Amino acid sequence: MIAQRRLIRAEPSFGLLPKLWRINWVLVLLLCALAGVGYVALYSAAGGAPEPYASRHVLRFGIGLAMMLGLALIDIRLIARLSWPVYGLSIGLLVMVLRVGHVGKGAQRWLDLGGLQMQPSELAKVGLVMALASCFHRASWARMGNPLFLLLPAVLVLVPVGLILKEPNLGTAVIVGLVGGAMFLAAGVRWWAVALVLLPTPFAGRFAFEHMHDYQRARITTFLNPESDPLGAGYNIIQSKIAMGSGGLWGKGFLLGTQGQLDFLPEKQTDFIFTTLAEEFGLVGGLAVLGLLACIVGVGMVVALRCRHRYGRLLALGISTNFFMYAFVNLAMVLGAIPVGGVPLPLVSHGGSAMLMVMFGFGLLMSVHVHRDVEFGGRRDQ
Amino acid sequence: MLTRRALLLGAGQLGIFGALGAKLYRTQIVEGERYATLSDSNRISERLIAPPRGRILDRAGVVLGGNQANWRAVFTAGRSVDAGATLDAFTRLVPLTDAERARIERELRARRRYVPVTLREFLTWEDMARIEVNAPDLPGIIVDVGTTRTYPLGPALAHVVGYVAPPNDEDVAEEPTLGLPGLRIGRAGMEKAHDVQLRGQPGAVQMEVNAAGRIIRELDRQEGVPGEDLSLTIDAGLQASVLQRLGDESASAVVLDARNGEVLAMTTNPSFDPGLFNSGVSQAQWVEWTRNRRTPLINKAAAGLYPPGSTFKMAVAMAGLEAGVIGPKDRITCPGFFDLGDTRFHCWSKHGHGALDMRGGLKNSCDVFFYEVARRAGIDRVAAMANRFGIGVDLGIELPGARKGLMPTRAWRRAHGKAWNIGDTISCGIGQGYIQTTPLALATYVARIASGRAVQPHLTRSIAGVVQKGAAAEDWPALDLPERGLHLLREGMWAVVNEAGGTAPVARINLPGMQLAGKTGSSQVRRVSRAQREHGYNSAKLAWEFRPHALFVCYAPYDAPRYAVAVVVEHGNAGAAAAAPLGRDIMVNALTREATAPVQRVAEGRL
Repeated sequence: MIAQRRLIRAEPSFGLLPKLWRINWVLVLLLCALAGVGYVALYSAAGGAPEPYASRHVLRFGIGLAMMLGLALIDIRLIARLSWPVYGLSIGLLVMVLRVGHVGKGAQRWLDLGGLQMQPSELAKVGLVMALASCFHRASWARMGNPLFLLLPAVLVLVPVGLILKEPNLGTAVIVGLVGGAMFLAAGVRWWAVALVLLPTPFAGRFAFEHMHDYQRARITTFLNPESDPLGAGYNIIQSKIAMGSGGLWGKGFLLGTQGQLDFLPEKQTDFIFTTLAEEFGLVGGLAVLGLLACIVGVGMVVALRCRHRYGRLLALGISTNFFMYAFVNLAMVLGAIPVGGVPLPLVSHGGSAMLMVMFGFGLLMSVHVHRDVEFGGRRDQ
Repeated sequence: MLTRRALLLGAGQLGIFGALGAKLYRTQIVEGERYATLSDSNRISERLIAPPRGRILDRAGVVLGGNQANWRAVFTAGRSVDAGATLDAFTRLVPLTDAERARIERELRARRRYVPVTLREFLTWEDMARIEVNAPDLPGIIVDVGTTRTYPLGPALAHVVGYVAPPNDEDVAEEPTLGLPGLRIGRAGMEKAHDVQLRGQPGAVQMEVNAAGRIIRELDRQEGVPGEDLSLTIDAGLQASVLQRLGDESASAVVLDARNGEVLAMTTNPSFDPGLFNSGVSQAQWVEWTRNRRTPLINKAAAGLYPPGSTFKMAVAMAGLEAGVIGPKDRITCPGFFDLGDTRFHCWSKHGHGALDMRGGLKNSCDVFFYEVARRAGIDRVAAMANRFGIGVDLGIELPGARKGLMPTRAWRRAHGKAWNIGDTISCGIGQGYIQTTPLALATYVARIASGRAVQPHLTRSIAGVVQKGAAAEDWPALDLPERGLHLLREGMWAVVNEAGGTAPVARINLPGMQLAGKTGSSQVRRVSRAQREHGYNSAKLAWEFRPHALFVCYAPYDAPRYAVAVVVEHGNAGAAAAAPLGRDIMVNALTREATAPVQRVAEGRL
């Protein structure tokens, strides 16, 4: 069916209207729904008021949506050409944040760009996906088996991971690493190579643990046994689990979540926004949000599969994997399944920089979708 | 290839989402109940509240011990930006001492920011007004109300009503609910005797609190069971008049209902203000009380021990009659002294009373007569009779700390490793020697002579409106003594007051139907040596603490006994002079107050 579609060769024949027609409105709808969930959750987190979170959330989402639709219209080939500059810019910003960055919560993560605060690590994720897509775009099956060829993309991954670790921001570094790994996997890296990376991981983890900051080590130990320090580092996890668990099947009702409304739940508007929802809307609400996230990831995958060029496929895969990683790390964190790591829930949590970068990523994804049939030089997938 | 890998990735990601869903299910459904409990224990703070303490009333319903609102300033540091500045502002309005300030700062440090700390209790209206007017400058400070125990009659009934105080650590260790903030327990008097009934059952209040411990709202309130009201047999009006009559003397007077043993007045002078124990007694005050030789902290009526002196003679007479060692008309001649071997015992009258029968012996209070009766009856018979009259035995009075005194016997002496000396019997014949008794026991003694019933003095009239046993004369068994003998004692006591030559004509009541029968007594607190006697001994010239105690016991009306009164004036020297006028006035007061006493007494007693 895909093969029957006409390959778009000539740019002039591909005007604005056909492009708009080709936009994946299902995805737009899903994203709006998720942002709507965010509005509800933030309204509740503010104790039943649009200020200070919910109204700003809508504003940001509006801007993000406009940006996404704008990006969707940009030709994917132009975007491909910008892969390296974007990657380079993100690395530059990462270096900058280490030098002049704003220190918040014991780590240098924030960069003040003329009043707009941003986390360069967010841009680095998208930059890495673009660079790797570009890198693997022309790689044949045979080349993917060549360890020497894999050296460059491996360095592309390790540079941002190392810089983010240095901030230090363990959670994001791991996400960036895993997103890179997923790209490798999708591009067709051999299983033996995967095994080669995975096998030493426990030892590397051991080594990393010994060289971690105390707060990171505390996070891991309290994760393994949250009750060991119920009023200290384990407090957040315990309160989050109590909040969700006490929600039950149908929840305590909108604005009636005692854990959230009575401030037992820390950071309820950012990291623990999902907990607020699960407490007030129960398992039903929690699964609905989970389903919505899965649908968005699923649509991203479909976009990747329907794309006829390798760059687009890899880009779409990377973007949706990135989104998936975000959602997964946040949910697993609030459920007490992995150590707490300051990762917000995309499009739901309060926070501007993350929201804009997620919408930026979806803009690229949408561009892939709009330009799924354009002729793209390089190795065509079989 | 890419399609396969992409599908693999997608499947993996969806699988992970599925796992998250399963984890969510586990948290919310499987373990939901446990977390729901934890959530409730997070937000719900349960606090016990002290129940209002039962009131203590007199027989007519006058409040003797009640509860009063206690306005206090409390400070919640979490509602103030700068706790130190707020405290300074408060100090400018209501000056705090350095000690208070130190206590407050210590408590502020020790507690969480939203737990209120009491700044000052028992605020006056002026203080409250000043705080309320300046409320904007005092963020976090509010005036709230608790209760405090008040004793409207203050010192007048301090020893009977007693007082309350916060429980100490040992009390709380024994009974944890006593640790309730604001709870007081009875420490003395009737407050202590009926503490459990007065205390009631604590209530509980469930409050929703936020993470900072700040109270958001009250969820549920179970009022405790208030303590039960306690009605005493005391007549507050009579009590006050008795106390007024005692004036400045270090003295005690007890008024009983002769028919049923109800304590209508029980006074001890001087006294103390029981309300001071609520807010804390100062060191200086405490030292003043404990060093005072007039012993304001001792309940002289129930715990003050005095030799009964001549007031004891009715018991000796009855012992002689009961033993058959003397008949009602048998005469004994008094030459002014009584020789026992080498020892000479003197009568109070140097010249002697001549030949006297029992009535005359009581009327003149002839010592020699009763030396002889005691000698004939023997100490054990005298003691047994005294015990039947209520002297030297536990009278069952509710007051903690009441003492039963001492009525010596041969066995008692033996228990102390010494042989009884016949001379001791002679001394006991006139209520001296080892005998120790309380004004309460003396009043009981007179009530028993007057009523012929073994009445016991008691202070509890009703608890929670239920009249207690003992309110009716029929509740008390007869003394099982021959009426003729009792009548002889009463006649003798009548003669003491109403006949020419009696020892207490001063106590006569010249009102129809109110004739008083009584007996004086003076009891030495140290032995009078022969040398002193020969050199013109005059007890009135001794230092205060060496003078004899003055006693007077009486009942009235003579032909229909209603009230029994005992008066002891410490170191009052002579019963006839110091105590008898007091006894008479108290009796007149009691008799003329009759109208105000509840008429329904008998009816209630049969409920």
